[in-house]
Amino acid sequence: MTLAAATAPRPRASERLLLVEPARARFRDLSVRELPHLLAPGDALVVNDAATLPASIRLTSHDAELRLAAHAAGGAFVAVALGTGTWRTPTETRGTAPRFEPGERVASAELTGRVVAVDAADPELVTVRFEQTGAAFERALYARGRVVQYAYLERELELWDVQSGFSARPWAFESPSAGLPLTFGLLCALRRRGVELGALTHAAGLSSTGSASLDRRLPLPERYEIPEATRALVERTRARGGRVVAVGTTVVRALESSAREHGAVTAGAGRAELVIGPGFRPRVADGVLTGMHEPGTSHFALLSAFAPPALLERALGAAERAGYVQHEFGDACLILGRS
Amino acid sequence: MSDSGPRPFAFATALVTGGSRGLGAALGARLAEQGTRVVLVARNAAELAASVASVRAAGGDAHGIVADVGDKRAVYPLAGAAADLVGPLELLVNNASELGPTPLELLFDTDCEALERVLAVNLLGPFRLSKAVGGAMALRGSGTIVNVSSDAAVNAYAGWGAYSASKAALEQLGRVLAVELAEQGVRVLNVDPGEMDTAMHRAALPGADPATLAQPDAVARRLVALLARGDVPSGTRVELPAWRDEP
Repeated sequence: MTLAAATAPRPRASERLLLVEPARARFRDLSVRELPHLLAPGDALVVNDAATLPASIRLTSHDAELRLAAHAAGGAFVAVALGTGTWRTPTETRGTAPRFEPGERVASAELTGRVVAVDAADPELVTVRFEQTGAAFERALYARGRVVQYAYLERELELWDVQSGFSARPWAFESPSAGLPLTFGLLCALRRRGVELGALTHAAGLSSTGSASLDRRLPLPERYEIPEATRALVERTRARGGRVVAVGTTVVRALESSAREHGAVTAGAGRAELVIGPGFRPRVADGVLTGMHEPGTSHFALLSAFAPPALLERALGAAERAGYVQHEFGDACLILGRS
Repeated sequence: MSDSGPRPFAFATALVTGGSRGLGAALGARLAEQGTRVVLVARNAAELAASVASVRAAGGDAHGIVADVGDKRAVYPLAGAAADLVGPLELLVNNASELGPTPLELLFDTDCEALERVLAVNLLGPFRLSKAVGGAMALRGSGTIVNVSSDAAVNAYAGWGAYSASKAALEQLGRVLAVELAEQGVRVLNVDPGEMDTAMHRAALPGADPATLAQPDAVARRLVALLARGDVPSGTRVELPAWRDEP
C-alpha cells in the first residue's frame, strides 16, 4: 500500500477524514468539518500546543546539517548530524556526516556551541550545548535555523507553514501535524457542541533521520508538560463517562506516559519514554485524531493500540483507493472508541 | 494595602511591542513590577537593551527581542521566542506604531509606500501577532489582547491620514476579534492612551508644550490598573485619560 503524498501545505489538503470505529468494526469516508458531530457533548479533545522550532541548522563550521531532535539535560539538545545535500535530497541519500568528537566546537555563524556527547551505537546522534542563552539564543536560533523540510513537497516550508492555530512554546522539532487541520472555526464549533478542549505541550521529535538503525530508535524520549487545567479536564471527562480524544500520537504518548508513571494523568513536566504499539492498552485516550499512516511505520504501530491492525489495513486500503493523501499536510484519520 | 494582601495580578506573562521607549517601555516596567514576566520588542537593539536593563535593575523579569513587527518574517520567530522565554503568553499589547512621514503630510502628498509601511506596522503586524499568540489563548480559555490606539482613530485631523486610517482599521479589527473570541475567554481592548510626551508626539507636533502632555509612566500605571480590572467588557474602546478605576 502506498498512499500518495500531500505535496503542498496550502490550500489545506486535509479536508478528508477517515473515521475508524473499532467497536463497530467499520470505517467511513468523511470530512474534517464533520468532526464536531462525530464527538458528543461531554467528550474532550486534547491537543499538543507546541510550536515548531526551526530545528534544521546548516553549520558554517562543518559541511553538515545539525537537526535538533530532542531536549537534553541542562538546556542542551540531542541532534542528528546529516551530510551534504539540500532539502530536495531525501535524508537517506545524503552524504556522510562528519564524525564529531566530544568537546568539538560547532557553529552556524553567530549560533555557537560544543558537542558534549556522541552516541556509541549511532555516532551521528550527538548532544550539543549552545553557548548563547535566553534572548540571544532565541535570536541566533531563529536567524540560523530553518524548519525541517520534506523532499516530497513542491516548495520549501516557511516557519508559518508548520504552526498549528494554537501554538505556544516552541518545543516541537517537527510539526505536531495532527493539529494542523483544526481551524479556529472548527475549535469554536467543537466548543459549541459541548466538547471541551484541552492542551498539553509535547516536544514532538523527528519523523526520520536517514539512518535505518537510528530510525529504529525513534521516537526518542520526548519532553512534555501537562497543565493542571488539562489534568482536571481528563479527570472530569472520565468521571462523566465522556471520551478523551488525543490529537496526534504525541498527545497519546504524553497522556499515557503520565498515567503509567503516576497511576493517573498528573499535572507537571515529564519525559515520554513509552513506545506504544499493538497490545498496548491505552488507559486515558479513547480515541486519536491523526494523519494517514501506512502499515510498517511506528505511527501505524501506535494506532494498532486503538484498533485491530486488520481493520486499520482495510480502512487504509479503501482510503488509498479513494484518493486520500498522507504525510504532514495530508488527510486526517479519527479512530474513535466507545460511542 | 488591605488585610487580605494585594490581589494577584492576572497576567503571568506579557508581550509588549514598541517596548524600547515611551508607553511600551513604561508599561513593561509597570507590568514587571506586578510580577509579570515581560518580553519587550523593538527595532533598536541598544534602546531595547537599556529598557530591559532598567526593568531588571528594579528586580523585574524582562527579555528583549529585536524585531520589526511590520516584517511578516519576524512574527513567528518573535511569538516563538517570547513563549520560550517566559511561557505561554497571557497578555499581548500591540503598542508599536509607525507615524508615517514627518513633518506630517497631507494625504495627497503621502506616498503610497509610506501608507503601506504604516499599515504594515500598525495593522498587519498586530493582526499577525494576534493570530500567532491568540489561538493558544483561545484554546486555554483565557488571555487579553490590547491594541494601543489614538483619538486619531475616531477623529479626522489634517496631516494624520495614514496613521489615522491605520488606527481606525486596528480598532475595527479589535472589535471584530472581540466578537469572534467572545465565547473563547479572550478579551480584546482598544485603548486610547491620550496625548503623551513621547518621541512620536515630538515628531508629529514639535511645537507642543510638554507640560500639557501626559507622562508615559503615568499612562502606563493607568493601563495596568485597567488590566487589573477583569470587568471591562471585551471590545470596549477605553479612553484612558477619562477612565476611572471604579466598579
